[in-house]
Amino acid sequence: MAIRTLLIANRSEIALRIQRAARELGIRVVQAHSAADRDSLPVRLADEAVEIGPPPAKKSYLAIPAIIEAAEKVGADAVHPGYGFLAENGEFADACEVEGLVFVGPTGDTIRAMGDKVEARRLAAEAGVPTVPGSAGRIHELEEAREVLERTGFPVMIKAAAGGGGRGIRVARDGDELARLWPQARAEALAAFGDGGLYLEKRIERARHVEVQVLGDGHRVIHLFERDCSLQRRRQKVWEEAPAVRLDPAIREKLCAAAVRLAERVRYKGAGTVEFLFDEASGAFYFLEMNTRIQVEHPVTEEITGIDLVKAMLEIAGGAPLPFRQEEVGVRGHAIEVRINAEDPARDFAPHPGRIASLELPGGPGVRIDAALFAGYEVPPFYDSLLVKLITRGRDRAEALARLERALAELAIGGIPTTAGLHRLLVRAPEVRNWDVHTDWLEPWLQSNRQKLA
Amino acid sequence: MAKKEILSPLPGTFYRRPAPDQPPYKGEGDAVAVGDVVGLVEVMKSFNEVKSEVAGRLVRFLVENEEAVMAGQPLAELEG
Repeated sequence: MAIRTLLIANRSEIALRIQRAARELGIRVVQAHSAADRDSLPVRLADEAVEIGPPPAKKSYLAIPAIIEAAEKVGADAVHPGYGFLAENGEFADACEVEGLVFVGPTGDTIRAMGDKVEARRLAAEAGVPTVPGSAGRIHELEEAREVLERTGFPVMIKAAAGGGGRGIRVARDGDELARLWPQARAEALAAFGDGGLYLEKRIERARHVEVQVLGDGHRVIHLFERDCSLQRRRQKVWEEAPAVRLDPAIREKLCAAAVRLAERVRYKGAGTVEFLFDEASGAFYFLEMNTRIQVEHPVTEEITGIDLVKAMLEIAGGAPLPFRQEEVGVRGHAIEVRINAEDPARDFAPHPGRIASLELPGGPGVRIDAALFAGYEVPPFYDSLLVKLITRGRDRAEALARLERALAELAIGGIPTTAGLHRLLVRAPEVRNWDVHTDWLEPWLQSNRQKLA
Repeated sequence: MAKKEILSPLPGTFYRRPAPDQPPYKGEGDAVAVGDVVGLVEVMKSFNEVKSEVAGRLVRFLVENEEAVMAGQPLAELEG
């Protein structure tokens, strides 16, 4: 049954993005919000708003009982979790189901299977998706790591089985370093995730991060091609493109088919992303993880395919079959997204909440802004620092880059420091223009360009 | 005896413990020296130590653990 009233259990730009999709489908929108977000744009624009708790996320956007209660109070029949917060919380998906609410996303079981990185690797291998050489399952003792090392060699990455999003990863370059880092990694995994299970993976040097967007209805799965998110700082993406630059068509076909196989293996429902490491030198790609939610960088895929992913998610959650066949999904042109954060590049990217004193947003051909800002808005200190997603599209990459440079020149955010200046430098950097980058390229570049960032 | 206060250097969420499974940095009645860490303030997912700029005995905390705080807001009261 199609969704009639949707509770949005998220905030800021993604809350507004979901509202826009819902409104175009004629769905009534109720915005859940913390006390800190009373004056936010998503709250102002919703048909109805419901306060779910005090500012700290743990007591509001992460408070499952408060959100379920709010959904019942406002008569919602579905909940969209956005990204972050409860988007990949299997218990929340289960709790919605128990209360008769539609969770806009996959089942709790799928979320849990993909959230456990060891289980996800096992499923990928079963689906014939190449994985990075490493341990078959979780390992607890350093002695077990020795035999894995015969297959991986050094350098090797130590990862938390319950981790994700780049958290809790350590790199060991020799046996001594491994012995030293092992207990640390275990203690940290236990403290951060309540699960001390670890696994080892070969470190692929100079790899690019390429990910495939998939969409499933619980029976069929299609892909919407790939994105390249190789520009990262502290394993957080700062710049994303679609399609991936210089990707051989034969490799693209194999990559996208592999992502579809994995999603089909778990009868995937909703929008998801299968992330890979891509070794451009050899053309090999390796499964990293699957994210069972809409992603921050989804707009670049929307721009090149012309498909509204959030609308498709809502239609599928309402019981509709996949709205497209694979043959109907094509790529036109090139799109780039940059994340403009409330951080001070001159002070090692220290987050900086505060009041947006003035705001001038770019426009014109091929420019899209996903943000929930206005002049006078007070950026609260309680949540992440993403302020604006600036997306440009062109008939090719050169035009998308030219539009990005032009749009960044038009953009002016007054009152607080932002990372817009970083992107003005990156868009002119030869390595970025030639896409001669990999996931560890940006951090050393930032070190050697410190003066320019001040 | 003079009353002194430790102020929050930043806006955010205040924590009394370095991690959920560890003991608080300071308890009521504890001695505090200049530079001692009394808690953390989380600002946009980054954690900042709150160091005391005054010395004395910690009389009481003025905010709860995991409570929202503003920059300059008193976090704890000291005497001595």
